[in-house]
Amino acid sequence: MSDDIVLKTVDLTKHYGGVHALEGANFELRKGEHVAIMGDNGAGKSTFVRQITGVEQRTRGKIIFDGKEVSFAGPIEARESGIETVFQTLALADHLDVPDNLFLGREKTKWDWLGPFRFLDYKAMRQDTLAALEKTGVKIPNIHNTIEKMSGGQRQCVAIARTASFHSKLTIMDEPTAALGVQETQQVENIIRQLKAQGEPLILVSHNMRQVFDLADRIVVFRRGRICANLDIKSGAYTGEDVVSYITGAKTGAEYEGAA
Amino acid sequence: MSDTSHGTGGLPFDKTKRSWPSELNVLLALIIIIVIFEILGQVLPYMNNQSFLFDTQDRFDSLFNEARLKIIILQVAIIGIIALGVSQVIITGGIDLSSGPLVAATAMIAMSFGQTELVNGFANPKALFGPWAMDLPVLIPIVIGLTFGALIGAINGTFVAYFRIPPFIATLGMFLICRGIALWWSSGNPISFPTAQFQAIGSGMMPVFWFLSLAVIFHIIMRYTVYGKHTYAIGSNEEAARMSGINVKRHKIMVYMIAAMLAAFAGIVLSAKASTAQAGMGEFYELFAIAMAVIGGISLSGGRGSIIGTVLGAMVLGVIRSGFTYIKLDGSYQLMAMGGIIIAAVILDQFRQRNKA
Repeated sequence: MSDDIVLKTVDLTKHYGGVHALEGANFELRKGEHVAIMGDNGAGKSTFVRQITGVEQRTRGKIIFDGKEVSFAGPIEARESGIETVFQTLALADHLDVPDNLFLGREKTKWDWLGPFRFLDYKAMRQDTLAALEKTGVKIPNIHNTIEKMSGGQRQCVAIARTASFHSKLTIMDEPTAALGVQETQQVENIIRQLKAQGEPLILVSHNMRQVFDLADRIVVFRRGRICANLDIKSGAYTGEDVVSYITGAKTGAEYEGAA
Repeated sequence: MSDTSHGTGGLPFDKTKRSWPSELNVLLALIIIIVIFEILGQVLPYMNNQSFLFDTQDRFDSLFNEARLKIIILQVAIIGIIALGVSQVIITGGIDLSSGPLVAATAMIAMSFGQTELVNGFANPKALFGPWAMDLPVLIPIVIGLTFGALIGAINGTFVAYFRIPPFIATLGMFLICRGIALWWSSGNPISFPTAQFQAIGSGMMPVFWFLSLAVIFHIIMRYTVYGKHTYAIGSNEEAARMSGINVKRHKIMVYMIAAMLAAFAGIVLSAKASTAQAGMGEFYELFAIAMAVIGGISLSGGRGSIIGTVLGAMVLGVIRSGFTYIKLDGSYQLMAMGGIIIAAVILDQFRQRNKA
């Protein structure tokens, strides 16, 4: 069954000087699984994501991704090996339009012998953009609008469509709906459902209990830098109240008693 | 912008609606300025109903006053070549102040390899080097000049990209260094009497030919190539560009190199046009080049603008300069008017950005 595992971390630890932001995290993600990460502010959720995506270098521990132990020097390396991340701060170029942003840094080109002056294949990128938006169910009426003219929700959708439109082995979203309105949140959630239907594994960092129960198969709760619960919510054995008590520290998962 | 009833919010969309390109604003401004000069030509008592751009004299059979049109564009062509490069630097969110002195330094260096040995049968009185550097094929001074420009640009870019020195400071330093090189190269003496081939680079309307050809080439590059897209992306959101896998540092060095090579080429053309190279050449060129870009709608905060805009911005400066001469106002008024227009252009740019935010 171990070849079923997309991502596994063993004793993943990050210290910032004396601050133990993340301590001994053992985490597993299986193929096609959607796992939500919850926890209070400062519980180590974003730190955990930053270690996996190579934004920061871990203090200790192992990351096994796609069957191999990995050590990413930076987010670009992580992306090249198949981890797509939607960060809290959107990495979009405001003055460029949707296809430009979707293909930024990996443009479709022609006449490649021209080196840095090779020509952009606008037509192919436009078609692929429309296909990607269709695949993710994102509705952006005019893809030639620049990002600066779009609402927060549309921007988020573009960012997510971008991660989803490239064949990635793992998608990570760090609070993708934190700044969005109701309808915009719905659209983002629809994209996540699409990913689920396509069997793409996902790590979703979120504060939104309803959203997590709607979308995730499993919740991993972080508290004070440690994982304190691993809850299979599809079984129906857990309620939102249970999760809250894990988050606040009123309860701790049996297998984590010693650690937390 | 508060209407969020359309699905996911944002602007109400209309697929057929095209956004108003900012170049049209510049074109509009250019036309308005021309109209103002035309009206002044009719209104001012001492103008004798002359037209600014149209041909009103019986002895020529043409619609436009071609002589004036030629002068307008010839006057801005050489600085315009610099502006093409400076525009790219500004689009990345940087600035290049070193181009004026680089024009002078390159003019000196290139000209010293483009001299002719005999002037009217006598030895060249301004010869810098011995006979070995005389009457060389024209390609040699061009290659040497462009290589020097590339080197200066690479240094600018390295300081900006790797040492994270603000572009304003890095290129201000290079501004002084290049002026120093221009003076040091021949100990302050002018270098003159180029070969006929060298002179041909800048004779007649050649500067206009270079300016417009390079403008077309860089318009295509900025609009249709990966280089152009990455230049805009870096100016728009450098962090996003880096996260997308663009090698931002290397790209910036390339942009500064191209800008400096264009300035170096402008120096070659200028010295060829003047048939002499002097250390004081190109004074304020860097500022006028930046002004052309800014008037043309290139945003100083990066990410926005186009080569077409810069060419139009160059035309605005050319028309103003020529127009003031036409209504017989001297250079002091020209400078004041240009200053006002530059400030107006920046205010307009900021207004545009606030509206979009």
